[in-house]
Amino acid sequence: MEVLKEEGVDTIFGYPGGVIIDINDELDKTDIRYILVRHEQAAVHAADGYARASGKVGVCLVTSGPGATNTVTGIASAYMDSIPVVVFTGQVPTSLIGNDAFQEVDIVGITRPCTKHNYLVKDPEKLAETVREAFYLARSGRPGPVLVDLPKDVSQSKISFEMPPPPKMNSYSPHTEPHKQQLERAIKLILKAKKPVIFAGGGVILSGAYKELTKFAKKLNIPVTASLMGLGGFPGTDRLWLGMIGMHGTYRANMSTGACDLLVGIGVRFDDRVTGKIDTFAQNAKIIHIDIDPTSIQKNVPITIPIVSDCKIALKKLNKLIEKVDLKEPLKSRPNWLKQIEEWKSTTPLAYEQKDVIKPQFVVEKLYELTKGKAIITTEVGQNQMWAAQYYHFDQPNHFITSGGLGCMGFGFPAAIGAQLACPNKTVIDIAGDGSIQMNIQELIVAVANKLPVKVAILNNRYLGMVRQWQELFYGKRYAATDIEAAPDFVKVAEAYGAVGLRATRPEEVEETIKKALATPKTVFMDFVVEREESVYPMVPAGKAITEMLLA
Amino acid sequence: MTEERKHTISLLVDNESGVLSRVAGLFSGRGFNIESLCVAETLDPALSRITLVTRGNERIIEQINKQLNKLINIRKVIDLTETEFVEREMALIKVRAKEEHRAEILRIVDIFRCKIVDVSPAYYTVEATGSDEKIAAILNLLKQIGIKEIARTGAIALAREAKK
Repeated sequence: MEVLKEEGVDTIFGYPGGVIIDINDELDKTDIRYILVRHEQAAVHAADGYARASGKVGVCLVTSGPGATNTVTGIASAYMDSIPVVVFTGQVPTSLIGNDAFQEVDIVGITRPCTKHNYLVKDPEKLAETVREAFYLARSGRPGPVLVDLPKDVSQSKISFEMPPPPKMNSYSPHTEPHKQQLERAIKLILKAKKPVIFAGGGVILSGAYKELTKFAKKLNIPVTASLMGLGGFPGTDRLWLGMIGMHGTYRANMSTGACDLLVGIGVRFDDRVTGKIDTFAQNAKIIHIDIDPTSIQKNVPITIPIVSDCKIALKKLNKLIEKVDLKEPLKSRPNWLKQIEEWKSTTPLAYEQKDVIKPQFVVEKLYELTKGKAIITTEVGQNQMWAAQYYHFDQPNHFITSGGLGCMGFGFPAAIGAQLACPNKTVIDIAGDGSIQMNIQELIVAVANKLPVKVAILNNRYLGMVRQWQELFYGKRYAATDIEAAPDFVKVAEAYGAVGLRATRPEEVEETIKKALATPKTVFMDFVVEREESVYPMVPAGKAITEMLLA
Repeated sequence: MTEERKHTISLLVDNESGVLSRVAGLFSGRGFNIESLCVAETLDPALSRITLVTRGNERIIEQINKQLNKLINIRKVIDLTETEFVEREMALIKVRAKEEHRAEILRIVDIFRCKIVDVSPAYYTVEATGSDEKIAAILNLLKQIGIKEIARTGAIALAREAKK
């Protein structure tokens, strides 16, 4: 407990069980806020949302066996998105480990490939030190989830306590400072480029490099695109903003990546959803890649200048280096390049047609308008996630919270609960699908019981829409296993839990519904009955180059 | 894309339970292959040395090295293939020792500087050390006489020190 306080923990998400009664008992005597979830998966997602909204480490506490296995999806999601979370799992007493005891599972073995690191604490004397290490590992370098497995006898033991010093580990020292020569080489390349593009990712958000990136891009007049994880890393309303890149990226973002002569990747990992067909990706460009994790570099695409560094530190140094440079000549060709991009933007913008039935894009646009772009948006996974990414323009970091790498349905609602707890004065909206919201809908009672004014906008098309879209395009419209017409009444569900349920079935009701929800200081479900077969465009079919987009 | 090559990688790791599983899990999870693997404590009981032999093109080997470096319990990763190094394997070979073959077996043992470590009326057990080519050559010869069973280690290796 003392270590937790020292590490600045003020909130823990958890669910009790036999082997952690002692810990919960002690926890209850502290002023750390304990949020009792209704499913352990949601505890991790909530801690993840909390971590992303606050910039702190999210913390969970669950019991052994099923409690531990239920966290695996949440841990895997945090791992893929590099989110600092520490998960404490209970374990059977050390004397019983390996005996197939009641509620025993080898959670350290199970989570080895989806945690940054994990521990089984066998010696009470090592407990405090291990917990400190866990927090240090979770937040430093490329962040990620760390699991600490606590056998019952270890958490029951009474020992004299002394706060261990901040950990120093022989085998772990993240490389945060960029190589000076590499920076100089990068600057040379940047100043020579006629058609450069910056491609920002989650690393920009995680390292807090928003200001540095914005300064860098504006000073050099370079357009910026971002991966799903990088949204908010650069102002989404700036004239240099290209929109998101990739499978559902904007036309101009994908076209300019295809045409650019220099791509500056910052805090990205060139994931397959971004690159499309890998050997055609940015094929005319040299690539500078800044990332704190050396394994990200050269993993998927060949890099001209690799820079292993914390993004913020690297950008700060790059900004310093260009201060002294006369930019008049290097920036001479920029207006032509930006004009070309403007042309792509005006000929092929993001578009939909709002007729009699509510279009999901329209709902997201209205949400954007009525929250003035200032809400924290979480999403589920699928079409809802892509429309949120396309039509809500993020001007600030830490405001878009989504399961990017794992693509985990059921993420958004518990993440919104975590984000709301981290930022009580912000509007927090989960943009959901009717499919996703049903995975973790039980967390409604957690939002209600903790009086959290989380809003959920359900884009209800009675389909598992993203898969349906693939079926429409590539499987002859055979909608196998994706029609979920059999659905609960979401308004009544909300009301049954003590929340507020609202429904809009016609376009003219959308604005009113959102306004009402925003004015209600309670948990609100908004059920938007939308066009059933609306699809997300642009779309790059799997295996195609990102410049080969389907536009409608 | 460069050609696939054999690489011998030497790892200094924390001597803790679970470390080997992290290394093995990394290889299986990311689709890299392990040709052989040897683990034993070093002079410092807190550390173990893992010698592993793998195969891949330059890009895969670069990934393997980086991913290994990323594991928290791994202190040091040395790709010996880039340096001068000595490498040894060992095999215990139980060979059928009929009267008429015994002289031939002893000759082979002598030529390859092996040892006979166990003798029974019907079998000799031969201990052979050397490079994998040498072990393969011995096996090839003894096979013609008749091998009952064998046990082999993977490679162990150390970098050569400077000659001056």
